[in-house]
Amino acid sequence: MKIFVPCDAAALGVGAEETAEAIAAEAKRRGIDITLIRNGSRGLLWLEPLVEVDVAGTRVAYGPVQAQDVPGLFDAGFTSGKQHPLSHGATEEIPYFKRQARLTFARVGLTDPRSLSDYGEHGGYRGLKAALAMSPADIVASVTASGLRGRGGAAFPAGIKWKTVLGAQAAQKYVVCNADEGDSGTFSDRMLMEGDPFVLIEGMTIAGLATGATRGYIYLRWEYPQAKAALEAAIGAAYAANYLGENILGSALRFDLEVRMGAGAYICGEETSLLESLEGKRGQVRFKPPLPALEGLFGKPTVINNVITYASVHIILDRGAEYYQHFGMGRSRGTLPMQLAGNIKYGGLVEIAFGMTLRELMYDFGGGTLSGRPIRAVQVGGPLGAYLPESQFDTPLDYEAFAAVKGMLGHGGIVVFDDSVDMAAQARYAMEFCAIESCGKCTPCRIGSTRGVEVIDRLVAGENAAKQETVLRDLCETLTYGSLCALGGLTPYPVLSALNHFAEDFVKPMRARAPG
Amino acid sequence: MSSQSPRRVIPIKLEPPSSLRPDERSAVLEACARLKELPGALLPILHAVQESLSFVPKDAIPLIARELNLSVAEVHGVVSFYHYFRQTRPGRHVLHLCRAEACQAVGAQALEAHAKATLKIDFHGTTADGAISLEPVYCLGNCALGPSVMVDEQLQGRVTAQRFDALVTQMRGRS
Repeated sequence: MKIFVPCDAAALGVGAEETAEAIAAEAKRRGIDITLIRNGSRGLLWLEPLVEVDVAGTRVAYGPVQAQDVPGLFDAGFTSGKQHPLSHGATEEIPYFKRQARLTFARVGLTDPRSLSDYGEHGGYRGLKAALAMSPADIVASVTASGLRGRGGAAFPAGIKWKTVLGAQAAQKYVVCNADEGDSGTFSDRMLMEGDPFVLIEGMTIAGLATGATRGYIYLRWEYPQAKAALEAAIGAAYAANYLGENILGSALRFDLEVRMGAGAYICGEETSLLESLEGKRGQVRFKPPLPALEGLFGKPTVINNVITYASVHIILDRGAEYYQHFGMGRSRGTLPMQLAGNIKYGGLVEIAFGMTLRELMYDFGGGTLSGRPIRAVQVGGPLGAYLPESQFDTPLDYEAFAAVKGMLGHGGIVVFDDSVDMAAQARYAMEFCAIESCGKCTPCRIGSTRGVEVIDRLVAGENAAKQETVLRDLCETLTYGSLCALGGLTPYPVLSALNHFAEDFVKPMRARAPG
Repeated sequence: MSSQSPRRVIPIKLEPPSSLRPDERSAVLEACARLKELPGALLPILHAVQESLSFVPKDAIPLIARELNLSVAEVHGVVSFYHYFRQTRPGRHVLHLCRAEACQAVGAQALEAHAKATLKIDFHGTTADGAISLEPVYCLGNCALGPSVMVDEQLQGRVTAQRFDALVTQMRGRS
């Protein structure tokens, strides 16, 4: 009998290891023969540790299961799927899961992330096999036709980037994966790397085949040790089975891949500073042009995409560009794994086609706030995303629709705040964050962020407030138009959205405020 | 060939003066020898040094610079750029406390105040008994189950003041 207990970091953080040990020990004590599989997370994070039992091919869910609940579960007969106060029935019938369109996350939580054969049995490597029968130009055309846009945040069409690298002439080209998922409120890259690492390896291999690159690097943040272990194990298994290395699957394709660790710098999620960091330097932003597609890592043509982008590619090659393209709306095609985070009752990963509204996502999936208080503000797209007020909750999840309300969908992180939030403090924090994480290369970001903190402090203290507001808006304009990259360029989003939509928080000097 | 005075050999690679202990010095040299052929070797070497010594000692920098044929300023620039690399010896355990927005939304600031008050240190400090160093971190990728901390390499979610105290007791109990 198979019992699944996630080894995802979020599940481990609420006791999954202890739960797994307790299940193994209790089964042994009772003489029950079980196979304990450490899967990824299903993404229903409020139910973690979510234990699943395979009952005649159906996965039955119990959660959250702490170690002390385990004897009671055995008493109730959970090994044959019997009822218990913690049971939720079949996992895939839970509405939160059932209403999703799991494409990129199809296998996450379902399979054993350490098992290459499990990956193969669930559709793995069909994309690469299809790609091996195609010319590089046809692969690129397929990715372009699918409408896939970079999932890291900037939403640049992946096919165009790949085409540029394919057309570049060089003795060496590179494929780089940006796994420096630094945005607060996002964890989809982490969940994917921990729960289905082979899909990233397959996607990067396809990118190598499509562009003529023979070497790949995954730039991973140090904060993700579980993901590092999962990726390194998967890379080892892929080499052993000839899915990496020379003459992949008997073809002339060569592709080598390794994991490199970041060291706690938010700016290294910006592609040019990531490349600097991979080269062993300070993570300082480069001027563009030249584009990384022409002069990237070590000055060579480089494809650089986010984890979710690479993980979506095999679907396009396996099932066709039209299949992927029919999900979504407008120019936002396919699915986006949204991440419900912050003060939210049912937090987790929701992969859906573009087009659902923010309100549906936060209430129908998320169930409102964890605290039970009303939602006052929501920050979408990480620390550089706008704070949206109630009046904008009906914005559909679509890159252009968000841009129209001066926001951004970014990497799909949604951070919910209840009515106890002090929006002036959040605006101050955005400036403080920019000051801490600025690479220091351009003046507006390096100095403007520190001045921004000071101006906001004076504004909320009521020192000549009208003048301070003028200075703050002027400073934001300088940051927007004068910064070299998105860190300085987008910091005004959270600051100005807080100021525009929650002005009352900036004019109550008597209100007690927590510093930054 | 003359056979008069013996030839004087001037060492080209001077060993930089150093207060490193012999074991620390050999750990640094081992990391350099193992990794220096990698393209972009500096970050992997710094990670390896910090993994074995728990920090990057100031006097390791000239040694690494010599091994990689870089200037001391270049290596120092990299070490000081990245928040993760530390140049002072930490306590026996390092506790990273998340300061990012998703954790703020569920009380990270109160947890931060509690941590500083009970440990009697600020960020980047180490407790008087040498057990715990407290560091800020910007997102641990556990944004649906915050507030989050990382104890050494173990993530902890839904950390209340009470759970924080239990973690501290555990860390103090372990060597």
